[in-house]
Amino acid sequence: MGNGTGIGRVRGLGSAKHGAHHWLAQRYTAAGNLLLVLWLIVSLLTLPGLDYESVVGWIAHPLVAVPLMLMIVSIFWHLRLGMQVMLEDYVHDKGLAFLSILLLNFYAIGGAAAGLFAIAKIAFTGAAS
Amino acid sequence: MARTNSRPLSPHLTIWKWGPAMAISILHRVTGNGLATVGAMGLVWWLTAAAIGPDAYASFMKCATSPLGYVVMVGLTWTFFQHMFSGLRHFVLDIGAGYELKANKSWALVVPVAAIIVTGFVWLYILGKGF
Repeated sequence: MGNGTGIGRVRGLGSAKHGAHHWLAQRYTAAGNLLLVLWLIVSLLTLPGLDYESVVGWIAHPLVAVPLMLMIVSIFWHLRLGMQVMLEDYVHDKGLAFLSILLLNFYAIGGAAAGLFAIAKIAFTGAAS
Repeated sequence: MARTNSRPLSPHLTIWKWGPAMAISILHRVTGNGLATVGAMGLVWWLTAAAIGPDAYASFMKCATSPLGYVVMVGLTWTFFQHMFSGLRHFVLDIGAGYELKANKSWALVVPVAAIIVTGFVWLYILGKGF
């Protein structure tokens, strides 16, 4: 933080210390979620049934598996950014804040990996016998 | 945190009078974090159960269609649409529109009404179809 120009004085303030890229990525992934989650809801409502065979057969289709994987990435990226903002606002202790962001990263990347792997497995191997 | 006394401090939560805009803003954060935890874990649970096999999927469906499961699913549906509509409101505010006092208040009031109506339609459709 400098003390010269106006922008030099405000840079690095606020609970997050920086943020334009974070803010934009939150909007990009919001747009992704809007399209993909609405698609998921409409798809589930129009499936003939939600039993194992119907669901696995549906997920295995390439035109379903790919947008479903994109949805997982968009959702977990968006929630990673959103929960970060919440933690930055409420977790004031520096050590705890560091730990909470660490756990958030584990959760977001781990959850996304689990979702992507599940979709890939269904798409590549079809229904388990 | 050191704070210079010469800088003004904005009135905080306890001093503001409740209004639609701030209620929607708070709900946006609450619903967002609800979806990020319960919603995302439910989604991954569903996908993982389907990837493991019919038995795991059956136990997922047993939980999901229990009375508590329905409460969670209806709750998540409302939570999603509440977050979606207040998110759309954010997009409008982000481009610099909708800050006039009356317009801002009206659209803040439209958000929860729209979320409840769409949630109602979705579940009426599900009950009508009877999966």
